Parts: sequence; structure tokens; C-alpha cells
Amino acid sequence: MNNIQFALEGAWKVLLAGIILGAGLPALFALGIRSLAYGIGGDAEVDHAQPHPIGKALAGLCFTVVLLGVALGITIVAASGFGKAVSFENIIPTLVDK
Amino acid sequence: MNNEGVDTSVVILALVVVTALAFDFTNGFHDTGNAMATSIATGALKPKVAVALSAVLNLVGAFLSVEVALTVTNAVVNIQNKDGTPKEALLADGGQNLLLIVLAGLVGGIVWNLFTWLYGLPSSSSHALLGGLVGSTLAGLGVSGVKWTGDGTKLDGVVGKILLPALISPVIAIAVATIGTWLIFKITAGVAQRFQDAGFRWGQVGSASLVSLAHGTNDAQKTMGVMTLALIASGHWDDTKSIPIWVKLSAALAIALGTYIGGWRIIRTLGKGLIEISPAQGMAAESSSAAVILSSSHLGFALSTTHVATGSILGSGVGRPGAHVRWHIAGRMIAAWAITLPSAGLVGALMFWLGDGIGGAAGAIVVFLILAGLSTWMWMRSRHAPIGAHNVNDEWEPDVAPVEARRSHATHTEERP
Repeated sequence: MNNIQFALEGAWKVLLAGIILGAGLPALFALGIRSLAYGIGGDAEVDHAQPHPIGKALAGLCFTVVLLGVALGITIVAASGFGKAVSFENIIPTLVDK
Repeated sequence: MNNEGVDTSVVILALVVVTALAFDFTNGFHDTGNAMATSIATGALKPKVAVALSAVLNLVGAFLSVEVALTVTNAVVNIQNKDGTPKEALLADGGQNLLLIVLAGLVGGIVWNLFTWLYGLPSSSSHALLGGLVGSTLAGLGVSGVKWTGDGTKLDGVVGKILLPALISPVIAIAVATIGTWLIFKITAGVAQRFQDAGFRWGQVGSASLVSLAHGTNDAQKTMGVMTLALIASGHWDDTKSIPIWVKLSAALAIALGTYIGGWRIIRTLGKGLIEISPAQGMAAESSSAAVILSSSHLGFALSTTHVATGSILGSGVGRPGAHVRWHIAGRMIAAWAITLPSAGLVGALMFWLGDGIGGAAGAIVVFLILAGLSTWMWMRSRHAPIGAHNVNDEWEPDVAPVEARRSHATHTEERP
């Protein structure tokens, strides 16, 4: 019975992290694409609207956050290989010993 | 211990090392599709480029891990102590008993990996390996040799490390990918298709690369751990804190080579069989896989890459309005997952009985020859209907394909000016 309890405990955490990173980041990436299209206008959009330069800045912001998320992923992989772990205790991810 | 026993154990050890590397190779090509099937199916990467990229990242991943995964068998069987050293009771005659258990277990894992590959079914390589070991340990040491539920202090044993994660991981992956896909299609509605495809192409390649890297780090370590265990059991290594450099090098190369050879039959099922995948769905699926795999191993609730990747691809079909998911193919895969443990276990047990019955080096050699024979036979069978880089992306159902293609072509042009 304990195993089921441990598994469910782990499962909801993975589900939560998965939704934030695995669905949230792609959604943000999509928002970046949308903003970029808005910024470029014309053929980039179905309705061929005028270019709106603000869109490009917003797109840059979205893509930067996504890249930070990917960097975090690579850090987790690399850190676990070197006996370290990434701690989220202080909100800002930091490297700690396992 | 006499000299003859030592010589015999050296022969068995050599066979264990070769078989472990062979398993690592099948692990690589079995799992190429987890990362790269979507990028190949959508044309984001050419098939050969995709497998090469995945192979390099698996190699890098394998070298990234300096931690020693020596206790990999401890999850399901009792042949090692907590610190990774083999149980003393198994060390008679140069550790022959333990070596034969490991050899038979590896053979069980390889045979199941090749069999599922022949039928184009993605199934978990780790579960195949652990299943093989459970079977050979049952045969070698009896029921008490297997850790069914652990001691109740953590997620452990056959139930905690195999059965429950196998049930839970597809559910999580489907949920995450469904949400991600749904959001992406909502957000990008109104953006020209061509413009979307260019953007999502990068998103796909990036997320798939992350999955490959994580795979190399996780899976190559398992083979390294098993090889090192065999070396310790036969008295050729005594350090539980490090592994021989040649073990690391050969295991990393074997998994990378396997990845490069590419399990095209499985790539095809994952990329073309389950759903007709679009670049946006490909990105959603791989992002979901990467996030779920990384967060699960980070939180100590390790999930199988294959189960997660398959679930994510299914989810990306569920989340797209109007998409068609071939559930009967998904059903076949899930059936294969359900019988992975008993099937690999059965082969593992049979191999142990056979090897033990014949005894000594001859027994191990016979087991190895059977493995070679079965592998060759399955490879020959695969040549009847070969699948490779040239036809991996062919339409799944030729009869309806022209109609579907015309229809999708029509919607495509409507969206364009």
C-alpha cells in the first residue's frame, strides 16, 4: 500500500511541474510566434494586418523566457550527472549537493 | 576457489560484457523514436540528420554523468548489497552464479527489445532489462530473491519501480501534451501556416534534443552499472565509487551507435502510426516529454522515457481539435507494455535454467549462442518488410492516404493568400 501512496505523491508533483514547464513553455513559445507575426504583419498573418513593431519586442521576451527554461532543463541533466541537484527552495534555482 | 573456477568465470564475464553492450545498443536504437519520431515525421529534420543528432546527444549525455549507477538492480532483485557490492553468497567460484543471473537477465531484455522492434512497438528498455533480471533471479534464487514491494520506506520493488510508474506515466504525459497542444492551437490561430511551421520547426528540434540528452544520461548509466557489477563479482574491480574508463567509453559508444542505426520500425509507428503529426503538435509532444522526464527524475520518481514519449504523442493528438488518433495502435502498444515484464522475465528464467543446467562456461556459451541465433532470426524476419530512412515517412494507410492528402492539401492552400 505504501508504494501506491508514494507513487501518487510523486505523480501529482510531476504532473504539476510537467504542466508548468511542458505545456506552459510551449504555450509561451506559441505566444512568441504569434507576437512575431503581429510585429511583422502582412503575409505572416492570415488577415494581412499592418506591422506592429511592439510585437517583435514581446516575441523577444517570450523566446528569452523559453530559452531560460531550456537552460534550466540542461542544467538539471548535467547537474545530476555530477552529483549535484538544482534546488528551487529559494524560488531562484540554485545548485546544491545531492 | 580453484583455478578452473576462475577461468570459467572469466569466460562468463566476457560474455556478460559483450551481452551488456549488445543490450545497450538495442536500448539506443529502440529509443531513437522517443526523441526523434516527431521531428522526422514532420520533416523538421531529415531522417539521417535526426538520428545523427540524437546519437551525438546520447553520447554527450552518457559522458555527462560521472555518478555511478552501480545499484541499478537493487530496484527489483536482491543480488547486491546497499553499497553496490555483490551479495557474498553469490561469489563462490569467481561469482559464477551472479554472472549467470546477470547474463540470463540481459538476454531476456535484448530478446524482448528485438521482438517489440520487429513489430514496431515502442516499449520500455529499462523495464525489459529489469524484467529479464527478475526472471533470471526467480530461477536462480527463488521467490525471495526478488524485491516485490520494497520495505515500505520508499517507492521500491517490482510494484513501486515498474508497475505503478508504467500505469501513471502515460496518464501524466497525455495530460501535459493535451493541454500544451490545445493552448498552442488556440494561441496561434490567425497566424499564417507557413509562418507557424517555420517557428515550430525550431521548437521541435530544440525539445527533441533535450529528450535525447536526458536519455543518454539515464540509460547508458544502467549498462555501465551492470557491467561494473559483473566486474566486481568476478574480482576484476573493487571500487564502488567509480567505474573503469573502458566501461564508460564502450557503453557510451554502444548506445550512441544504436541510436544512430535508428529503430526505424518504431520511429515509423510513433511518428506516423498514432496520429498525423503537425509541427506544432511535434513541439508540444517533445516539450511534454522533456519536461515530464526531467522533472520526474529530478523528483526521484523515475518514469520510462518510452511510456512518457508515447503518451505525449497521443496527447498531442487528443489536444488538437479535430485530429484523428488511431487508438487501436495505442492499444497494441499498451498491451506490449503490460507483458514486457513477464515476457522478458520468462526468457530470463529459461536462459538461467538452461545455463545452470548445462553448467560452467559451456552453459553460458550456449545461452549466448541462443541469443545470437534469436537475434539473427528476428533481423532476417525484419528484412522481409524493411523499414529505413527511405520509407519511414510513407503514408500509414495507403488506401485512404490519397484522399487524406488531397484534403489536407486543400486546407493548406485555403489558409494561404
